[in-house]
Amino acid sequence: MKKRLGLLGFVLALVAIVAITVQAQKTENRLASNAAEQVYVAPGEYDKFYGFFSGGFNGQISVVGLPSGRTLRTIPVFSQWAENGYGYSEETKPMLMTSQGFVPWDDSHHPELSQTDGALDGRWLFINGNNTPRIARIDLKTFETHDIIEIPNAGGNHSSPFTTMNSEYVVAGTRFSVPIPQKDMSIADYKSNFKGTLSFIKVNPDDGDLSIAFQILMPGFDYDLAHCGKGPSHGWCFFTAYNTEEAHSLLEVNASQNDKDFVAAINWKIAEQCVTDGKAETVAANYADNHMDDATGIAVSEMRDSVTLLDPANCEGLAYFLPTPKSPHGVDVDPTGEYIVPGGKLSATLAIHSFSKMLKAIEAKDFTGDSYGIPILNFDNILAGQVEKACLGPLHNEFDTKGFVYTSCFLSSEIIKWNLKNFEVVDRVPTFYSIGHLMIPGGDTMKPYDTFVVALNKITKDRYLPTGPELVQSAQLYDISGDKMQMLSDFPTMGEPHYAQAIPAELVTENQLRIYPLESNQHPYATKKEADVKVEREGSDVHVYMTAIRSHFAPDNIEGVKLGDTVYFHVTNLEQDWDIPHGFATYGMNEANLLIMPGQTLTVKWTPKEVGVFPFYCTDFCSALHQEMQGYIRVSPADSDIALSWNLGQ
Amino acid sequence: MKKIVIGLSFLVTLVIIGIWGFAQDNADLPKGVGPIETLELTELDPALAETGKVTFEQFCSACHKIEERYIGPALLGVTERRAPEWIMNMILNPDVMIQEDDTAYELFAEYLTPMANQHVSEEQARSILEYFRSNDAQ
Repeated sequence: MKKRLGLLGFVLALVAIVAITVQAQKTENRLASNAAEQVYVAPGEYDKFYGFFSGGFNGQISVVGLPSGRTLRTIPVFSQWAENGYGYSEETKPMLMTSQGFVPWDDSHHPELSQTDGALDGRWLFINGNNTPRIARIDLKTFETHDIIEIPNAGGNHSSPFTTMNSEYVVAGTRFSVPIPQKDMSIADYKSNFKGTLSFIKVNPDDGDLSIAFQILMPGFDYDLAHCGKGPSHGWCFFTAYNTEEAHSLLEVNASQNDKDFVAAINWKIAEQCVTDGKAETVAANYADNHMDDATGIAVSEMRDSVTLLDPANCEGLAYFLPTPKSPHGVDVDPTGEYIVPGGKLSATLAIHSFSKMLKAIEAKDFTGDSYGIPILNFDNILAGQVEKACLGPLHNEFDTKGFVYTSCFLSSEIIKWNLKNFEVVDRVPTFYSIGHLMIPGGDTMKPYDTFVVALNKITKDRYLPTGPELVQSAQLYDISGDKMQMLSDFPTMGEPHYAQAIPAELVTENQLRIYPLESNQHPYATKKEADVKVEREGSDVHVYMTAIRSHFAPDNIEGVKLGDTVYFHVTNLEQDWDIPHGFATYGMNEANLLIMPGQTLTVKWTPKEVGVFPFYCTDFCSALHQEMQGYIRVSPADSDIALSWNLGQ
Repeated sequence: MKKIVIGLSFLVTLVIIGIWGFAQDNADLPKGVGPIETLELTELDPALAETGKVTFEQFCSACHKIEERYIGPALLGVTERRAPEWIMNMILNPDVMIQEDDTAYELFAEYLTPMANQHVSEEQARSILEYFRSNDAQ
C-alpha cells in the first residue's frame, strides 16, 4: 500500500512538473511572439528609424533599419568600396588624400548626427577616422561622403566627432599623444614632452563644410571620448582623459595606477574669445581638406599649411580637470545639460559630476591643485551623486526623457538602468557578449526617443551560425518603453560597430535625392546627349566621352587606342529615373567598376597592357536587354597609324 | 422596289456611320493614363516645336529616332497614331502606362526595353509633342 501511495505521489509530482514546464514555455512563447511583433516590419512597409552603425575596421558606415535590424546600405567613407567604385573613380580618389598620401582605409568609430537646438535635424552625419586622424561628413540627402578633413597634431582621433547642440562644432581629441610638432626623439622622454590636442572643427551652417577653427594644446594624456554640453552647459565640451600617468609602455598596467583620472572640461566660448583676442598661435601644419564639389561631382583635395593653436596657459578659464574614477571611457551629458556622466571603466562605482556645482567650484577657485597649469577641481564639491556597485566595467551612457540613464557594462556584459533622482539601479539585462557602446535614438541629445536601446557587443561567439574563425559582431535590441527592459531581437553588424546613432525615418526621407538632374551636371567630361559622344586624344591620354542608357553604351565600338595610352572612360548615365544606375567595367581594369547614378558622370582610368580587342559591359542589371549592354575597345601596337574612331549601331 | 429601298437605306446608314466615324477618328483614340486628361490642340507653334527638339535630343534621342526604329519605335507619324494626351502621358507616366494601357503594354512586349521615365516637366513634354506635330505636318 505504501508503495502504491509512493508511486501515486511520484506520478502526481511528475504531472505537476510537466504542467508547470508547459505553462512556463507558453509564457515564454507568448513573450517571444510579442517581441517578434515589435520588430516585425511587414513586406513593403518601412522601419521607423534609420540606424547608422560605424564599420570600425572596415572604415565605413552601415545603414540599418530599426527596429527590424535589416541592413539597408553601406556608406563608403574612409575605405575604398569596390561595389560602387568609391576611392577608385577619378572623381572620388581625392577624398582619400592625406598628408601621408592616398590612404584608402581607416578605422571608423563614432557616427554623430547633426543637431539644431539640441535635437536631431537629419541634415548630416559625421564620423571619425581614428588611425590617420580624419573627420568625415555624410550628406543625408544622398548618403554620400561629402567632406573629409584631416586633423594635424594628433595621433588616434578617438574622442571624436561629438557635436555641440547646434553643430557649431564637432570635436576631435587625440587618444595617442605625440610630439607636437612631430620630431625625432626618444620614446622614453614621453612624460611632459608628448602632448595631446583637442580640436574644434567648424561646421559651416549653410553647406556643412568642415574647417579647423582651433586646437587646444593639452598634457600628454589619452583623450578617449567626449560630449558637449547642452542647455545650461552649452558652450562647454567634456573629454575623458586616461593615462594621466603618462605611461608609454605596458599601458594596461602602467596607465591603471591612478585611482582617479580626469574629465577635461573645455569652455569653447572662452576659447573663441582668446582666439579673437590674439592669444592663440598660428603654427605650421600639413593636412588635407577634401570636399565634394556639388556642381561637378568631383572631389577636390586641398593641402592646408597652418592651424590655430591655443595653449591653456595663455587663456584663463579655458580648461579644468574634473577628477574621475578610474580610466574613464565615455563621458555623457544628460538631456537637461546638468549631469556629466563618465564611465569609469575600472571602477564599479559611477561618480556623476554636477555642471552647476562645477561652475560654483570654478567661481570659488575650489581647486585641489593643477596639472601642467590646468586647475583640478575638488572631486567632493562637484559630485552630483554616485551609483554604488553599479556594475563591472561601465563604459558609456545614453538617456531617455524620464530621467533614466542606461549604462553599458563591458566586464559584466549587461546594460543597467538607473535614475538621476536617487542614483539607484532599477533594472539590468544581460547582453551577448561584452557590450561596448549602447544606443538610444537621440540618446545623447536633448530630445531622446524612448523606444529601444541597442547593445553593440564586442564578442559574438555562439550567437549566429559559425562562419570560420572570424565572426561578425552582434547587436541586441531591447524595448525600453516600459519599466523593465525587454530583449526583442539580435542581429549581426558589419565591421566592428563601436557606436551607432538612430533618427526617426521621416527626418531623413523628406529630403532624399532620387536622381542627379542632367541639366545641373557641370562635370567637365559630362556628355549630356548621345549626339555629343566622342573620343579625344591628348598626347598618350585618350578621353572617351560615353553615355549609358537602357541598354547600350554610346559609343560601343572604339578603335585607334595604342599600347602605352592611358584611357579615361567618362561615363554619363542619361537616365532620369530613380534606382536606374548603370555599371561600367572593362577587361583588366586595375580599379573597381563604376556604379553611375542617373544624371551622374564618373570616370575610370584604364591602362591596356597588351594588344587586342577587349570587351566592356554594364555591371548592374538594368533591363531585359542588360546582357546586351556591352561593347569593344581595340588596342593596337604603339607604332600603329590607326586613327581614333568610334561608333554605335553601324 | 422594296429591295431598292432596303438597299438605299443600307447605303445611307453606311454613309452616316462613315461620316460619324471619320468625325470621331481622333477623339476615339485612347488618351492613356496619367496627368493629361484633355488637351486642346491649337495651330502649330514653331517656336515651341524648336524648344521641343532640343529637349528631345537631350532626354529622348538615346533611345528614339524620328524616321527609324531604334531602342524604341520611330516617331514619325506618332501624332496620327496616338492621341496627344496619350503621347504626353507616355512621356510623363511611362511606368503606369506600361501597367495599365494596352497599347503601351504591347509596345513594351515588342521592344522589351521599358520606356524610361526621364522626369521631364509637363511643359517640356508639351514642347516634345509640338516637335512631333511639326515633323508630322511636313
